[in-house]
Formats: sequence, structure tokens, C-alpha cells
Amino acid sequence: MNRRAFVLLGLLGIALLILPAVANAYVLSVATLILFFAYAGQAWNVMMGFCGQLSLGHSLYVGVGGYAAAALFVHYGIGPWAGVWLAIALCVALGALIGLLAFRFGVSGVYFALLTIAFAEFTRIGFDHIQWLGASGGFFLKVAQREQMDLANFRGPPAMYYYAILALCVLAFISSSLLLKSKAGYYWQAIRENEEAAQALGINTFRWKMLAVVISAAMTAVAGVFYAFYYNNLFPEQIFHISRSIEIILGPIIGGIGTLFGPILGAAVLTLLADGITEALAALGWEIPGVKQVFYGLVLLAVVMFLPNGIWPALARRFGLGK
Amino acid sequence: MMLRVEKIAKSFRGLQAVAQASFEVGSGSIVALIGPNGAGKTTCFNMIAGVFPPDSGNIVFDGKKLNGFRPDQVCAAGIGRTFQIVKPFAGLSVLDNVMVGAFLKEKTAFGARKLAREILCKLNLDAKADLLASSLTLPDRKRLEVARALATRPRLLLLDEVMAGLRPTECDEMVAVFRELNRADGLTILLIEHVMRAVMALAQKIVVLHHGEVIARGTPAEMVRDRAVLECYLGEDVEV
Repeated sequence: MNRRAFVLLGLLGIALLILPAVANAYVLSVATLILFFAYAGQAWNVMMGFCGQLSLGHSLYVGVGGYAAAALFVHYGIGPWAGVWLAIALCVALGALIGLLAFRFGVSGVYFALLTIAFAEFTRIGFDHIQWLGASGGFFLKVAQREQMDLANFRGPPAMYYYAILALCVLAFISSSLLLKSKAGYYWQAIRENEEAAQALGINTFRWKMLAVVISAAMTAVAGVFYAFYYNNLFPEQIFHISRSIEIILGPIIGGIGTLFGPILGAAVLTLLADGITEALAALGWEIPGVKQVFYGLVLLAVVMFLPNGIWPALARRFGLGK
Repeated sequence: MMLRVEKIAKSFRGLQAVAQASFEVGSGSIVALIGPNGAGKTTCFNMIAGVFPPDSGNIVFDGKKLNGFRPDQVCAAGIGRTFQIVKPFAGLSVLDNVMVGAFLKEKTAFGARKLAREILCKLNLDAKADLLASSLTLPDRKRLEVARALATRPRLLLLDEVMAGLRPTECDEMVAVFRELNRADGLTILLIEHVMRAVMALAQKIVVLHHGEVIARGTPAEMVRDRAVLECYLGEDVEV
């Protein structure tokens, strides 16, 4: 990253910090959504972008993370600061199980992706029948008193959630960039580029792939906890659904897989455009269901055709921002 | 002996690729494994490198049995290898490619980068350190393959046809590099090679494989006069 990129990053940081003071509730909710997908995309990127392991079932970790923290809160009154650790532990265990099954038995590529979908799907079906967690009828947290700030239980005004997810994004960005520059990052990229050659250089590919999956799962679990406490409701049909997984991975794909800014940029572009077009169509009086999905499809198509490496690498080259 | 290969055998679905092959590589020596196509040279390499285990026989490195080791364990034990069909990390820079290897012995990125730069200098790739590996020409890719293996600081280096596709002058450059590594760093080398120009210039000992069996072994001078070797591989009027 060069000086120009640093200045731009600084300006972006200031803009993000003062946003709640100047933005209305709608803009703040859109910004929160962008940051949520930027964070989840960053988490997915560790596994796919860095290590080349395609997960199409990241909704699994969002859902399990969300339900774990919400269940502790609703049933036992334990706040999310403790609950997040349970969420992380469960998601790490699930990720490790998927990794163990896949990497021990040589399940790779498309078949690995199918395995991740399978886990998310049968978890969704399982949660549909857990009465303790509301089953298919949904699991609800008591809606927060929006004026009062209760940090201990993570209940408060929208700005609090905004700053929380912003902090998570910054943390994810910093840890991703540190990981990428460390031994782990080099090993992951080697595995992504050519696993056989990586192994010949002394890399225990099983161990390092497991590490990528586990880190990605843990990061995504935190996104799930945020989701639960921000939206206050969890439905297996929504949170575990494959469309949620797709939403998470579109950001990094559009922005640039394997890059640090790609997931952030992609989430911003997609959310803004999708929301923008929904608004524009509403203003025109054309309330067409599914228009957002059509739009996602079109943008994805355009990026794949014209910018196969994503928007960020092209942008960085055009404006001389370095990597 | 640094490496002892004892009666290793391997068949693929009934096809005997290597049968009871035995040879040795002494510490600090350069040994060439030659033979016609399909003689089982690369299969021997893959067994040593841990890609698959031998059906029978032993591979002993520094007195330690390597049978059943995975490729990463073989590498960690001190054996580096190159691939006949080069496998660069295409999306990474030349320097990053070599750094991946360097991380085996270096804990920090700083140390790995330093070691990688030293090795790139040895192979005359330092000017291309920041290029993407995918942009390299074949001779440079071969050099990169060697650089990456060297970065793991092996004591034994397995070279699988690194000269193939190189022009004679490029071939001579490579030979000079390996001679220097052998002389200055005491690196032991086992190479598979078809380019006799390189074999004659490098090898102190030659092992000839044919139909998976060792049919002859000796010095280069002996081999070019050996009846069996001439018949099966080199041809009658070999010029070296």
C-alpha cells in the first residue's frame, strides 16, 4: 500500500467515524448492512481468497453463531460478550469437522463446496425442528430500548451497532493483512496456487487448510452474533439459507477475491446498487419482487465478463493505489 | 551414504514401473539417473519424494527410513525436489514463490525474504524478483523451480529434467550453478536428465534404469562405453 492509498484510507476512516452524526436512520442502516457484508466477506475471503477453499455454506457459521449467543441471552440472560465465545467455539468445531471430513478424505474443489452446502442445509433443516430455539417459527430477542445504551448486553441505539460492526471490520481488515504477510498467508497462497508444489516445499497442507477454515469460521461466528443482536430475530429459513451464503461471497467476488479491500468494496457496491435500484423502482411505482436478485446477477455477470479479477485490482491499477 | 535406495518396486495396475531398483547417493556427490522414456526414473523420484510409497523395498536417508513419509515430511527431513512439469505459484511474484520455500527454516517474513533474495541472486533471477511467476519464460520457470526447492535448505536436491527445453548456453549456465552449489555449499544432488551434455558435465556417478531395473552404474566415462547402456539408451555413436 502506498502513500496515496493511505491518505484515501484515512479520509474513508474519518467519513465512516462521523457518519452517525450526519446520516439519517435509513442511511445508517444501509451503512451497517454494508459493513456487515464487508466483515462476513472478509471472513470468507480468508478461506477462499487466501487458501483457495471454496465455501458455499458460510451461512452455517452466521446461523450457528447467532443462535448460540441468542439462546444464552434469551434463556439464561447471559450477554453476548460471553455468548460470542460459545458461538466461536461451536463454529470452530463445525468448521474443523467439515475440514476433517474433506481434507482427510481428499474431498476438494467442487465437492468440497458441495460438502459446505450440505452442512448448512441439514443444519437449517435441523433448526426447523428445535422447539427450544423457536423452530421454524423463529427465535426472537426482546427488542432493544433504542434510546438507552446497555453495552453489557449489547442493546442500544442504531449508532452503537454501527460502531460495533465498523470496529469488527477494522479488526478483520488488520488481522487479514497481518495474516497475509505472515508465514500462514504465504503458505495459504501457495496451497491455493498449487497444492502439490506447496506440499513438496514442506507444507503440511492438511494442517494449514484446517487453520484457514477454523479462522474463517470463528470470524463468521462473530458476524452471526452481531446479526442476532442487531435484527433481534432469527429464522432458520433465512439465516441458514444458501442465498445468505451467496450474499456473503458476492462481495469479495465482485470486489476482488484474495485482496484486502475487495470484500469491503464489493459489499459497498452491491448493497448500494441493490438498495438504490429497489428505491428507484419504488419511486417509479414498479414494485417487482426479486428485482434485487436480478440486479445481483447482472452486476456479477458484468464483473465476470469485464473485470474477472474483481473491481478492486482494476481500480488499484487505474489510480496507482498499490495492492 | 546420504541416500540409500534398497530394492524399491512399484507397479501401477499390474504395470511394473520400477522393479527391485537399488542405488546410493553419497554425501556431497552428484548422481545422475538416466534411461529411456518409461524406464521408471520419475517413479523412483516420486517414491523418494513421498508422493507415493514403494510397494516393497526401503528408502533410507541419513540412516532414517523414509517409507510412508508424506512429501512435506520428506522435504522437512532435508530433501528438496523440482517437478518435471514446472509448477510455479502463478499468481505470486517470483520473490514470494521462493519465500514460500524459505519459510520452512525461517520463522519470520523478514528472514524468509532475506534468504529468498540470496537464492534468487545465485540463480540470476534477482532482477525478476517482483514479476509474477506466470509472466516468466520456460527457462526462468525452471530456475524458479530450483530456487524454490533450494529455499527449503535441503541437503539433498532432486532435479527432475531441469535442463529439458533449455538452449545449450542456458544449460551450461545451469550446470555452473549446480556445480557451485555442490562445491561451495556441499549440496548433494540426484538428477534425472536426458540432456547428456549436462549429465557428462555434472555427474560423478551415473545410474542407468531400463524397464524399471538398474542395468548399469559407474562413472560417466564408463557408461558411454557400456554395451548395455549404448544399446538401450545412448545409441551406437554417442557424442559427448
